[in-house]
This record gives sequence, structure tokens and C-alpha cells, in this order.
Amino acid sequence: MTAISLLEIKDLTVTYSSSDGDIPAVRGIDLRVDPGQTLGVAGESGCGKSTIVASVLRLLPRSAVVTGQILLDGEDVLEMGWGRLRAARWAEASVIFQGAMHSLNPVQRVGKQIAEPILVHEQMSEQEAYARVGELLEQVGLPASRAYNYPHQFSGGQKQRLMIAMALACRPKVILADEPTTALDVMVQAQVLGLMSELVRELGVGLILISHDLSVLSRTCQRVAVMYAGKFVEQGPSDQVFGSPSHPYTEALAAAFPTIGDRAFRYAPRGLGGDPPHPQDLPTGCPFHPRCPVAQPECPTASLELWPSGPGQSAACVLVRDRDRVSP
Amino acid sequence: MSAEPGPAAPSAEPGTTGAEATQAGPVTPVLQVDGVEVRFSGRAMKGKVARAVDGVDLQILPGEIVALAGESGCGKTTLARTILGLEKPASGVVRRHGVPLHYSSKALRAYRREVQLVLQDPTGALNPRQSVYEAVAEGIRIHRLPGNEEELVATALSKAGLRPPERFFLRYPHELSGGQRQRVVIAGALALEPSVIVADEPVSSLDASVRGEILALLLKLRTEMGLSVLVVTHDLGLAWNIADRIAVMYLGRIVEVGPAEQVLADPQHPYTKALLSVAGIGFDDPITLTGEPPDPTRIPGGCRFHPRCPALLSGLATAAGVDGACRSVPLPILPADFSGHHAACHLVTAGLASVGDLEGPLGG
Repeated sequence: MTAISLLEIKDLTVTYSSSDGDIPAVRGIDLRVDPGQTLGVAGESGCGKSTIVASVLRLLPRSAVVTGQILLDGEDVLEMGWGRLRAARWAEASVIFQGAMHSLNPVQRVGKQIAEPILVHEQMSEQEAYARVGELLEQVGLPASRAYNYPHQFSGGQKQRLMIAMALACRPKVILADEPTTALDVMVQAQVLGLMSELVRELGVGLILISHDLSVLSRTCQRVAVMYAGKFVEQGPSDQVFGSPSHPYTEALAAAFPTIGDRAFRYAPRGLGGDPPHPQDLPTGCPFHPRCPVAQPECPTASLELWPSGPGQSAACVLVRDRDRVSP
Repeated sequence: MSAEPGPAAPSAEPGTTGAEATQAGPVTPVLQVDGVEVRFSGRAMKGKVARAVDGVDLQILPGEIVALAGESGCGKTTLARTILGLEKPASGVVRRHGVPLHYSSKALRAYRREVQLVLQDPTGALNPRQSVYEAVAEGIRIHRLPGNEEELVATALSKAGLRPPERFFLRYPHELSGGQRQRVVIAGALALEPSVIVADEPVSSLDASVRGEILALLLKLRTEMGLSVLVVTHDLGLAWNIADRIAVMYLGRIVEVGPAEQVLADPQHPYTKALLSVAGIGFDDPITLTGEPPDPTRIPGGCRFHPRCPALLSGLATAAGVDGACRSVPLPILPADFSGHHAACHLVTAGLASVGDLEGPLGG
């Protein structure tokens, strides 16, 4: 039982202010990650999952108003001064963004690009930094000699490995990966995910993996949280959440990824009617009720919290609350 | 799972599938490719020639949904472009209703009315400054279809599930959700009353919850209009959802083809097995192939998959006595019949040959 988690987020809200009024992107979420643990966050586009990542290192635009606490090793990121924040970025937590492999500078050798954060953050000579770059490349399964190549000499999967090497450069304790494999082919995706799981195990870092693809999360994460309209609607161990979902949204999401071989899915693609709500125009009560196949009369007015629905599992659905009442 | 989420779950209508149709007598495929090869070369490639499609036979029957699966770079999109007449094969023929395709612009125009394309990303496929009406009417104008344009647009939109259609006429792409945009793209294709739709990754840019609706729409168009669909995808789950048959492509060739149920539930080729193991929600160990798909400018000799083949690396092929063949004997092009299940693999060939004396020689 550790008192302090690597990363703990308490009641985080992020609201973007725009000329059309406030846009609540994240509406109160809690999460924690411990060493060697991978937490998955699932959700569709616009649900606020990428905003969580950006808020952890305060990478949000000025128009964003953030409340709550983001404790990185016990220290609140939201109260850090600029100098402290600069030191914490890369060294305590680093981010792999969606499509980050396209952000490599095409006219600079990759070794130099990976060495850059090391030289900025650590008291090292250039030679020592390059030795570290070589180690990092080998850690992600690339020969050290490839530090002298340019980005175009790497394939997509290899570029994503470079981004992982870069994220590891300053030995961070937490890595946040936002759709790290979305642009990759299934086979390469499996390789990169395997590598990330291995690094989490070996280096004892904490990983937050954000994805819309449940098969990616189910394979890589011990725990997952499912996000809808700025809030977690269900969280728990990933095999439980995807194997026996308690929230109707999770159930619909899981059914959208068919089980190959299960005849129930033949000629029967599943999905939900309607579209995810715009954060500025959220339905009242449970935000999922207009699309919910099992909506109750009280849903448009219900106030929700995450009610326990299984061992370590909870869901924000009145049906889960009522089920709990019947069998305490 | 007993809870059917209502509108997105159509009832299966196997009565109209291609497999059934064959029993009534010989059917001319709507589309057929025979021994098609497509090569790319150019100055930038320093004299090398990429054999993007390297000998493919494939047939699509009326009202059949065929999935063409494989990793990127395997040639599946090039094959789809060749079927659309956008790429001229170096050898081989594309036929519609048995008639070879001519590459004159007049013949191509008539052909493309019949064979329509739906692209992956509806946001990129639609002109942001064009209203929904204009987007759908564009094809009608190009092909000078007879009849009332407004009626044709309205019919196409409602067939694509955008109802009432008039409400969408003056909307612009940015006002629509991703799923609605893809419906507009599909409506644009349907407006020309094609007999075949070639859909290149039709749902991969859409949100998971919307995906099912678009797939259900493709199924519905097949049952209601007898439309044939060729879906190009890397997503085997999609194939399990809607496809009658599936062809798995690797490095320019189809390596396994057959009814979707047989290929996906009982894969024969080691490549199909590996692809399946990394697809979908599975908690079993994935078979991860090392390396990325090799270069189509240097196709390996023997079986083109042998440098990455898990069955060869694990010694399974050696135990079956086919390792020499894997490395040196090329495999024939798989036949294009529409009921058989075929795999281009020496191990499978050897296994089938010795099934009589050696029960289950492949053992997974």
C-alpha cells in the first residue's frame, strides 16, 4: 500500500472558454496510476480524453480553465511555478501524442532529436547524452547505429519506436500515450504495444494509454476507464469492464468490436443510434440517456456517481445503483 | 448477448448472398479480375519495379459482399484502384459481366457509373464548401442522368439513411457528424445506381458507436438493392460482421480466400492466423510477426511469406518436410471460384495431400 501514487488526479475539470460560451471538456474525473501499472482510457472523439493528457503537463491553451488537483508524485502540477514545471516535463512525466511520429524534424538526425531533451534536462556532456541515446534505441529494439539516420529512413512503426525512446529519454516515472498506435498497421501495432508493455514491466513506469480502440486497451491495460461526455462512466479491471460491462455505453462500445467466430455478430454489426453529444449542448441528467437502449424515466434528471458494480469495478448508471440496492 | 440495440441490428438475410445464388445455376460475376498484375516504376525508384499487385484472380457475384484484407502496402488498395479502372494493369483483365474493361475515356465513364467508390475519410472526400445537395448532385450532372435532379438526390439521400432528405440539402459537411458525412458520400455513390460499390476502409475513420450503423447500411443496400460490395479493410472484425467471402492479401497476391466463416473461424494460411491473433478483443497471446511487410520491389523467392512465416521459423514446415519448397518453389495463383476455401501455402498443400494417412498434420 503506497501512500503516494506516481500520478493522482482528483476531481479534474477543464473548461474551454470560447466566443460562443464555455465548453466543459472534462467534468470531474479521478484517477491514479502506480509504478508498473497501465491505465487505459477509452472513449470516442470529443469525449475529453485527450484534454486529460494535455492537462497533466499543463499543455492546454490559455483559454482553458482547470480546477481540481493533478498530483505528480504528490506535488500538484497546477501549483508549480514555470521553472519547476519545465523540470517536471520530460523528467517526471512525458507524453507521446497522437501521430507524434510525424512530428520528427525531417532534416535532423534522429539521435540529435532524442538527445535534445537529455541535454536540456540533465547535466551531461554531449558524448554522454549520445551514449544514452544509443541505450534508448536498443531499449526500443532499434540498433544504436541508427541514431545517425534521418526520419525518412525509418518506417512508421520504427518512427513510433523513436517517439517511445524519446519519451523515455529523461527516465520519467509516468508516460501518457495518446492514441500511440492509431496510425499503424495491426501487425506493427501489436509489436509497438508489446514493446510498451515490456518497458512498463521492466522500468516500473506508470503508463496512461488513451485510445478509442478497445482491443488495444484490453490487451495492454490492467485497468480501464470509459469516458463519455467529459466523465468516466465506468472503470475497473479491463477484462471485467470489456467482458461483463455494467454501463450500457460500455456494452455498446464493446459490441461494436465483434468477436470473430461468434455467430451472433455475423451479418449483425452493432452500434448505437445517434451521435456523441457536443460538450456545449449536453443532455441533462445522464448525458447518455438520449442514445441509451435501456433508458429509464428518471435518467434525464438523475444525478450520477460511480456506483460499485463488481470487484474493483464501478459504473455511473442508475440501473447499477438499483441493482446494488436489491442485493447489498 | 441478448440485448439487441434496436435500429443497428438488421436481421440476417442469407437468401440473397452469392453462395445461394450459385445453386440456381451459373451466375456471371458482376466483376472479375483475371491474372491482374500492376507494376510501378519511375525515376525516383532508381530503376526498380514494384510489383504492387502480382497476379490476382477474384470474382464478385451480384449481391455479394467480398472483403479484401491485409496490411498496408500489401496491394489491396492498388487492386481496388485497378478494379475501378484508375490503374491499368500491366497484364491481366478486369471484366464487368464478363466483358473486358476498355480504357477509353468514354468506356471508363460508363464503367465508373456502374462501379462506385466510397473512401475512408468522408471529411476529406467531401468538399467543405459544397452543400450536401451539391455533393450528391455532382455525379448525376457528370453522368447526365435523366429525370428530376432534385428527386434523384432526395432518393439517394434517403437510401443512405438521411431522412427526411430535404432537411439535409442545404447543410454543409462541417454541420454533420462523422457518420452522417459518410452517409452523404455513400448517397453520392448510390445516386448513380451502381451495381458495385468499392469501399476502401469505409468505417476506419468513424467512431466505434457509429461504425455499426454504416456497416448495417451496407448490408441493407445489399438486401434491398442487390448491390455488390468490395470492402477493402485491414479490420477482420468488419469482415466477420458483413462479408460473405474474404480474400487475404499479402505482398501483391491473395494468400487465402474463401467464405468468411471458414477463413476466419478456421484459417489455414499462417499469415491469416497471425492477422487474426492480433485482431479483435482477445486475451490469448498474439502471434506477432517480426518486421514490417517486405518491399514489393524485392519479392522473396519461393513462398513470398517465407521470411516472416511463423510456421517456417518454428520448424513446423521442416517437420512436414516442406521447408525446401517454402524457400524455393513459388505458389500458384489461387483460383477465383466463389465457393471454395483456398490457401497458398506449401504446408497446407502437403497437409491436404496427406490427410488420409496423417490425421490433422497441421495441429494449429
